[in-house]
Amino acid sequence: MEIAVLLKQVPATESPIGIAQDGISVKTDDIKWVINPYDEFAVEEALRIKEAHGGSVTIISVGSETTAEAIRTALAMGADKGILINDPASAAYDALKTARILAAVLKEAPFDLIIAGQRAVDDDSFQVGPATAEFLDIPHISMVIKEEIADTKIRCHKTIDGGTAILETQLPALITTQRGLNEPRYASLPGIMKAKKKPIDIKNVADIELGSEHLGEPLTKIVSMKTPPDRKGGNMIQGDSAQAKAAELVRILHEEEKVL
Amino acid sequence: MSKGVLAIAEQVEGVFRKVTYEALSEGRRIADHLGSELTVLVLGADVENISKELKPYGPDKIVVADNPALYEFLTDAYTNVIYDFIQKETPDIIILGASTQGKDVSARLSARLNAPLAMDCVAIRFKENRLIATRYMYGGKILADVELNGTPKILAIRPNALDITTADGSGIIQNFDVDTGTTALQFIDKRLDTDKKEITEADTVVSGGRGMGGPDFTVIEALAELLGGAVGASRSAVDEGWRPSSDQVGQTGKVVSPNLYIACGISGAIQHFAGMSSSNVVVAINKDPEAPIFAKADYGIEGDLFEIVPLITDEIRKLKS
Repeated sequence: MEIAVLLKQVPATESPIGIAQDGISVKTDDIKWVINPYDEFAVEEALRIKEAHGGSVTIISVGSETTAEAIRTALAMGADKGILINDPASAAYDALKTARILAAVLKEAPFDLIIAGQRAVDDDSFQVGPATAEFLDIPHISMVIKEEIADTKIRCHKTIDGGTAILETQLPALITTQRGLNEPRYASLPGIMKAKKKPIDIKNVADIELGSEHLGEPLTKIVSMKTPPDRKGGNMIQGDSAQAKAAELVRILHEEEKVL
Repeated sequence: MSKGVLAIAEQVEGVFRKVTYEALSEGRRIADHLGSELTVLVLGADVENISKELKPYGPDKIVVADNPALYEFLTDAYTNVIYDFIQKETPDIIILGASTQGKDVSARLSARLNAPLAMDCVAIRFKENRLIATRYMYGGKILADVELNGTPKILAIRPNALDITTADGSGIIQNFDVDTGTTALQFIDKRLDTDKKEITEADTVVSGGRGMGGPDFTVIEALAELLGGAVGASRSAVDEGWRPSSDQVGQTGKVVSPNLYIACGISGAIQHFAGMSSSNVVVAINKDPEAPIFAKADYGIEGDLFEIVPLITDEIRKLKS
């Protein structure tokens, strides 16, 4: 089973996010970079499938030079090799452009199964997985919480709005991860040592066969950014008893805020 | 002259999702701005009867793609049918809900049509002739204005973000011949928690965190039920296995913006704030007076949630009777 994992390096979710001088990107100075949490589930699931069925796990990422660190972490978890499509300008790509590049790479080295995060927690676009599958003309199943592979088929339990569904499809296919799929392992010390010798193939975006019509400007472009208005809080409800506090809160919500 | 706006309705078991009305209402506003027609496409099996329920929101045309093969939502069949319809009608703008279904379909359509897509947008406006969509990034820490260039432009709107308004429209019902095309996905089974409200669509969300101490969310469920709201959870509560991941509010869960958000036993990590800071009124109940959530909540009560929440529920019950 040849498995590819689509991985993105993103700011750690505990990082505060500020807007850069240009007004259309975020400050990157003090950010701690990590593997997108949903892609960690993808790496873990790929490793479990490899352990059960054999084969290899390739990590594919579009990013800049620092992205190699995230790939190296996935290799330390147990993945076999990495491919980095390096472009310092990739932060301004839209999801469609990223997906087109990933699909072009995946066409060169066919895979049985592709696993991606349901979304990256920076741009929150939910697009790259399904769009990559579309460009490869293969089915995708999103938000997977459990999968079983038998012969050339994959059966997935997935979350839907208001419940769960079970779907099945032929391989090759692409699935995206949902929390609950697995508990990602930590890289072990021997794993980290081994990862240093594992190959990462760094390609320039110019080396990717995209077709000239897709080399231009992204179709969606950020034109401005702001931070949402900060919430002013700290209004503590006072009262002699829990009963009095509860009654006062309900009074305020009803009479002043009019939300009850 | 613009070629029009296409709204895509979403129904589950013959009931339209609330976001369908939001997409239609926003679609009507956009069509009026452009001076063009609004068409709504309804996909499903035996959905012709319910389609007339969409008329009050002002569509000029209601097109029904009715076929037994569309009874269960499958991304490939739905995408194929919608794609065929787009090829025939060539709309300028496509608007649909950024539900789980809508996210899958819009992402595939965007790739197939080489069309720009703004996912999960919360506001849409025109600046001269440019279409600008506002969407959250970084799990709610950033609000970005995104310009869409290309045709058609696809807008997947966040549930609960845009107003529902009624409007006049001729609402003529037509049928569309369904060809689901080549498909690979097979439906096996599903389980719907029919009495459970989706947190992204609820007007009130009552969430529990680590302070719940275990999977018993009875006190929170009782309050949510009385308010006709939904039950949410912090990441800790989901990681502990007390609640399903679909209930998780926060940067790695869902972003919610209800009218009233009540956080019970949630200390208030930055990731959680990101997921609920656009709520109208936020209430926090926590026994730790130093909990960071109090600094961001409009109203805080220091105390034991297992004592306070039932008292709040009783007070509201009194109010309602």
